[in-house]
Amino acid sequence: MTQTLRTDAKVERIIADFPILARPTSRGKRLVYLDSAATSQKPRAVIQALVDYYEQYNANIHRGVYEIAQRATDEYEQARVKLARFIGAKTSEVVWVRNTTEAINLVAYSWGDRHIASGDAILLTELEHHSDLVPWQLLAARTGAELRFIPVDARGIHILDDLDRLLDGCKLVAISHVSNTLGTIAPVETIIPRAHAAGAVVLVDGAQGAPHLPLDVKALDADFYAFSGHKMLGPTGIGCLYGKREILEAMPPFLSGGDMIRKVEYTQTTFADPPRRFEAGTSNIADAIAFGVAIDYLDALGMPWVREHERALTGYALERLATLEARGLAIYGPRDPERSSGVISFNFADIHPHDLASILDTEGICIRAGHHCTMPLMEKSGWAATARASFYIYNTEADVDALYEGLEKAARVFHV
Amino acid sequence: MDDFYRDYILDHYRSPRNFGTLEQPDASAEDVNPLCGDQIRVELKLDDGKISDVRFSGKGCAISQASTSMLLESVKGMKLADVAKLPKDAVLENVGIGISPTRMKCAMLGLRVLKSAAIGRLADWPDEE
Repeated sequence: MTQTLRTDAKVERIIADFPILARPTSRGKRLVYLDSAATSQKPRAVIQALVDYYEQYNANIHRGVYEIAQRATDEYEQARVKLARFIGAKTSEVVWVRNTTEAINLVAYSWGDRHIASGDAILLTELEHHSDLVPWQLLAARTGAELRFIPVDARGIHILDDLDRLLDGCKLVAISHVSNTLGTIAPVETIIPRAHAAGAVVLVDGAQGAPHLPLDVKALDADFYAFSGHKMLGPTGIGCLYGKREILEAMPPFLSGGDMIRKVEYTQTTFADPPRRFEAGTSNIADAIAFGVAIDYLDALGMPWVREHERALTGYALERLATLEARGLAIYGPRDPERSSGVISFNFADIHPHDLASILDTEGICIRAGHHCTMPLMEKSGWAATARASFYIYNTEADVDALYEGLEKAARVFHV
Repeated sequence: MDDFYRDYILDHYRSPRNFGTLEQPDASAEDVNPLCGDQIRVELKLDDGKISDVRFSGKGCAISQASTSMLLESVKGMKLADVAKLPKDAVLENVGIGISPTRMKCAMLGLRVLKSAAIGRLADWPDEE
């Protein structure tokens, strides 16, 4: 597959929608943003949606009877409808949260404390981000449950040979859809039915999945799916927890207070139905509405196009960077773009990733360096740190070429 | 920032001076840079309140390793009380200009660990004093 990204008029139009990509760096360089796995850039329409809310109809929701309060409520709930449609869920199954981390914590406390007991197993993978690891460590400590891990091979590909044994006695499986460190796409279509057959509930950490892959939570049959707005063109501070209706209905509240109640007396309260049962206090109204606009943007592009664009770009980058392997470039993670989603982790000779990132920064190139919130994976793999380039809809072959040239510069500076 | 990586910095990064450990050190400290996980351990041998020998170990970026290597070259014979008072210029004079604000903690890690060893508890970050 050799899609010619460089001359793709659609990508040129996309780039024009992102004001930040037109701003040169302080050194006068073109901004080459290769850190979308950390947070994506935002199109003008999303930024404008925030301004519109605050300038035109700033009001609290679900309470006011006046015109702007009604509009705020409508736009906020309409965003939920868009999100539900985008992931293939019912509207009542979409809970607003701050981010993926909060979504996972909500499940760990509200569902986990009820259903996980001493002797139960919780199955994760060796690729998990700290946000899909630490909450389960705490749940295991509270309940006496045992943590198990689906292993990965040297390329970060899941090894499922022992899955039946790992699932024996397992009550919960929590897996990231896509590894933020290596880009590996998890075989969720294989793991989920087998987890269900073993009697386990499945949570998918979709922080790197929902922004990049076509998604249908019903077809996937995930019980929970968690993701953040800011990695998919939306603002920070807003995310989504999808949960199957019957599971959410049986769950107690996580945080409590205003807006999550049906009736309150001095000594007792009956709670609202999901999703509002899990949305205590004034919500992040503006950011939820703007997240809805981000969804409109992705919908207009079409997620199959997003996936194909990133697949082609990852393939091009892997091909281009491979020519530096003879000079000491080590590429980690899957080498097949079919199994990877727009993330390339690497090290270059004896140049520390932070030094590499600093040198690339002088050329306007933004990459991430460090442990990527996956310290156990780094330890297991024997990497002190890695450099990571990650792609999204606005990246082009020219960005990959800039990365390549930046690496050549680093090689000159470090005499490698 | 690319101007920072001069040949003598790379030399200290690839061939750090006083690298290793001491048998039965009289004082030691170790810390990590929370930004990037760079790790430095400093061990001191003392004689009459003065540093008679020093070693460091650890791993990390060129900035943290070279800064530490260069700093430690000048501390032998120094009184502990003076080490505790070393300003951040003690590092900046060695490595010169060009360190970006986000990398300053890398440069200051060795000085912080050296001062921690001298005062027997974790010292403040030199750039926060």
